[in-house]
Amino acid sequence: MTTCAKPIFQKGTTKVLGHPVTRLEDLPLVTGRGRFAADINFPRQLHMRIVRSGQAHGRIIDIRADDARAMPGVVAVWTHADIAGLPPIDFRDPAAEALKPYRQLLLARDRVRYVGEPVAAVFADSASLAEDAAELVALDLQELPATLDASAPPGEFAPGVSTEALVLRQEYGDVDAAFRAAHCIVEADLSVGRHSGMPLECRGALGRYDAAYDIVELWGAAKVPHRNRDALARFLGRPAASVQLHEGHVGGGFGIRGELYPEDFLVCVASQRLGRPVKWIEDRFEHMMAANHSRQQRHLVRVALDAEAHILGLADEFTLDQGAYVRTHGARVADLTLSTLPGPYRVPAYRGVGHFRLTNKTPAATYRSPGRYESTYVRERLLDMVAARLELDRIELRRRNLIASNEMPYARALTMNGHPVLLDSGDYAALLAAALDAFGWDNVQAQLRQRRAAGELVGAGIGLFLEKSGQGPSDNALVSIDAQGYVEVVTGGASVGQGFETAMAQICAETLGVDYRRVRIVHGQTDRIRFGIGAHASRATVMTGGAVHVAAAEVRRKALALAAELLQAPADQLDIIDGVVARRDVPDGASITLGELARQYAPGQEAAGHGTPGLYSEGWFHSEHLTFPYGVHLAVVQIDSETGKVTVERYFVANDVGRAVNPKMIDGQITGGVAQGVGGALYEEFCYDKMGQPLSATLADYLVPTLHEVPHVEVMITEDAPSPFNPLGIKGVGEAGCSGAGAAIASAIEDAIGVPGAVTALPVTPQRMLALLRLAEKPGQAIPSGTAPRLCPSTRCATSD
Amino acid sequence: MTATVDVELHVNGRRHRISIEPRQTLADALRDNCGLTGTHLGCEHGVCGACTVIADGRAIRSCLMFAVQAQDMRIVSVEGLGDPGNLHPLQRAFIEHHALQCGYCTPGFLMLAAATLQQTPDIDDAALRDVLASNLCRCTGYKNILAAVKAAAAEMKARSSR
Repeated sequence: MTTCAKPIFQKGTTKVLGHPVTRLEDLPLVTGRGRFAADINFPRQLHMRIVRSGQAHGRIIDIRADDARAMPGVVAVWTHADIAGLPPIDFRDPAAEALKPYRQLLLARDRVRYVGEPVAAVFADSASLAEDAAELVALDLQELPATLDASAPPGEFAPGVSTEALVLRQEYGDVDAAFRAAHCIVEADLSVGRHSGMPLECRGALGRYDAAYDIVELWGAAKVPHRNRDALARFLGRPAASVQLHEGHVGGGFGIRGELYPEDFLVCVASQRLGRPVKWIEDRFEHMMAANHSRQQRHLVRVALDAEAHILGLADEFTLDQGAYVRTHGARVADLTLSTLPGPYRVPAYRGVGHFRLTNKTPAATYRSPGRYESTYVRERLLDMVAARLELDRIELRRRNLIASNEMPYARALTMNGHPVLLDSGDYAALLAAALDAFGWDNVQAQLRQRRAAGELVGAGIGLFLEKSGQGPSDNALVSIDAQGYVEVVTGGASVGQGFETAMAQICAETLGVDYRRVRIVHGQTDRIRFGIGAHASRATVMTGGAVHVAAAEVRRKALALAAELLQAPADQLDIIDGVVARRDVPDGASITLGELARQYAPGQEAAGHGTPGLYSEGWFHSEHLTFPYGVHLAVVQIDSETGKVTVERYFVANDVGRAVNPKMIDGQITGGVAQGVGGALYEEFCYDKMGQPLSATLADYLVPTLHEVPHVEVMITEDAPSPFNPLGIKGVGEAGCSGAGAAIASAIEDAIGVPGAVTALPVTPQRMLALLRLAEKPGQAIPSGTAPRLCPSTRCATSD
Repeated sequence: MTATVDVELHVNGRRHRISIEPRQTLADALRDNCGLTGTHLGCEHGVCGACTVIADGRAIRSCLMFAVQAQDMRIVSVEGLGDPGNLHPLQRAFIEHHALQCGYCTPGFLMLAAATLQQTPDIDDAALRDVLASNLCRCTGYKNILAAVKAAAAEMKARSSR
């Protein structure tokens, strides 16, 4: 384990690290010269169109494809029978053996299990021909009853296989004793709707088989190209080096993009078998039914407190609606939900039980802040209910229970993705105080009281989050300087639009002493570097950034050592400024450029000797620990009592990032995260009818917030608690904006209507809001809990008075 | 349906003689036949606005117009707004204000804003918000898009009054 007492670069002493510089990525993107998946074409390419199930659950009686096959321009139509030897899609990481029966095949065999499931693939000379032919493929399905409620008792996935794939448990402390000793117990039944990342670019994949060199290429890769290369190589039974993934521009990631789906495998297999490149571009209608969903959970949760409102114990039992199959993530979202529920609070005893269940909906996996959006909402709801029950200020209740800075690092007897949970650093209470102060919380309360007195439905809400980021184990980077002084950094990272290139260039430029605009960043090309951790779970800046720093520091050392010889000066008296090495102590003295040093280090030159030539280094960064960013969401909402519309008037996020690489990009990450979090809190939801037909299959039904719905997000970035687990002190920021949004919006709505505990389900659509308003008009009436059957009666506990 | 028709499109000051199926949208024709892939498709049914181009001075959704309907129009796509050596004030402002992340929706927002500022240089805040609310962005939360368009509007106004 590497621990660092202080980050290497001190605040206020840097030239580019920590500065809000403009991005390197932007020029092609604002001039229409980017290269997204659909923009890529290969000579003689075929176009693939997927025929999808129109039923949620059915037995396949027959698939008639003769008419489609007979169409001019159609090269092939495949059903499962044509690729029967291919295995199902495996998990990215080792997963529980119990999950294996639930993996998805590339094309359905015997049964279809969700609307949108691939049943056949058509390959034709043009995209429109392929689409025409796909409409001629006739599916004869015998309808079976659809399972649509994951909190109902489990049924049968396949003969002898339950729809409950796994029950996950994590527990520490004596939970039962905590509840026996409780002064007060509060419980709730809370649900989060079915959402998805919904990137503006739909998915796309191009497979090309290069027979001359026996290489399978997949273009349109994203997120985790190297790990997907390994998965594809295993699937195809080929050497990893003969499979190459290429990432172009990526139109948004958010967790769902860049995982391997049936279509990615199909284009690779087809390019080999049909002898032509194969291009597949998803349309939005398909995306809604085929790309991963996320979030849908229902929690029965209770908390025990002592007479001073200190938490004694927390117990949760939830169901996760996984949809029809278990995809590449396995049961990760359930694990993350369990392991993050206690959040930034001291919880002496905890028991979490997660029921991971299959239904007949689109399969689910991660979406920005997976498990945390849900657990933060659940935990913070419960705390607001406790505050109301105890007639205690919401803020004071949280203050009393926050883990203190002098308890850091704070070990919690839970695991997260198999890693022990060790909260690395933080002063949660200080950030809460600073956030409330900056927001003007007390003034806001006074204003809201006045407005409520005048008849307005307005309220303020709060949600504290504890994120996780920077998961290892290792990443690498190759840094080299050419004879003109340009720097190339080859990474195994990925860019999903978050500003990866700029952040890496800033870290490299600061370390080396060059202009960040002279640094070129390579990412997402598996033929350029052997390993790569990709861009997911807010880890790129920590892990890949750590490796870039290590490699750049070694190149700097090499450059200074050679310059010391050539300039006949001690290396510790030399500095590199804008790519020129010069003495610190002799202004206007002799100097030499990095380009010249690179020439001196070229193969055959004396300086290179018989070692590795070039101003070049491979750097590795290893980390056994997660880092834990934390923060506060605050919101003010106003509710229209006629329409049920909730307007978010103000939104504020305070986030301690350990160490900021680029404040402007961090602000952008947080603001964009809030937009998605608010969408999930108020608008976005995949709904189904009783037959399992999706009712939200277009962007006119699944409501992504526009400028009208997204508030102006105020962002407060602090650097009070650098992570001790990486040399730069960085904590990831990709998910903080999403994490607390469901919690804060729900809290504000309850404040506005004066009914604590009223918001039991997200999103609070206008229809749900109107129902809550009717409830608020009848004070004293109990809040109806969910209508579905209880999970497990034995875990229920009478609400104490 | 493969019968094609010959169409002439006027895009970014250039004529493109192309042979297309009548059912082909303007967006597909721009991308597939004119090689102008800066126009992006996000939903293909007129909700997201990623495919917005300017036709005869008005912002339109190129996924909702057939290419044959655009024959007599003057089309401007993002490639015609400015080039890397000579950026339009909106393009510069988008970079300066960090108004893009993945960049997929960016061409649509740029063309929407360009047409709007051309027609209404003095547009007030509320009207500008209304216009910009017609396109979707999933990355930025819109804050910086609004700031960038306002900054560009101010710059363009100052320039034209000089």
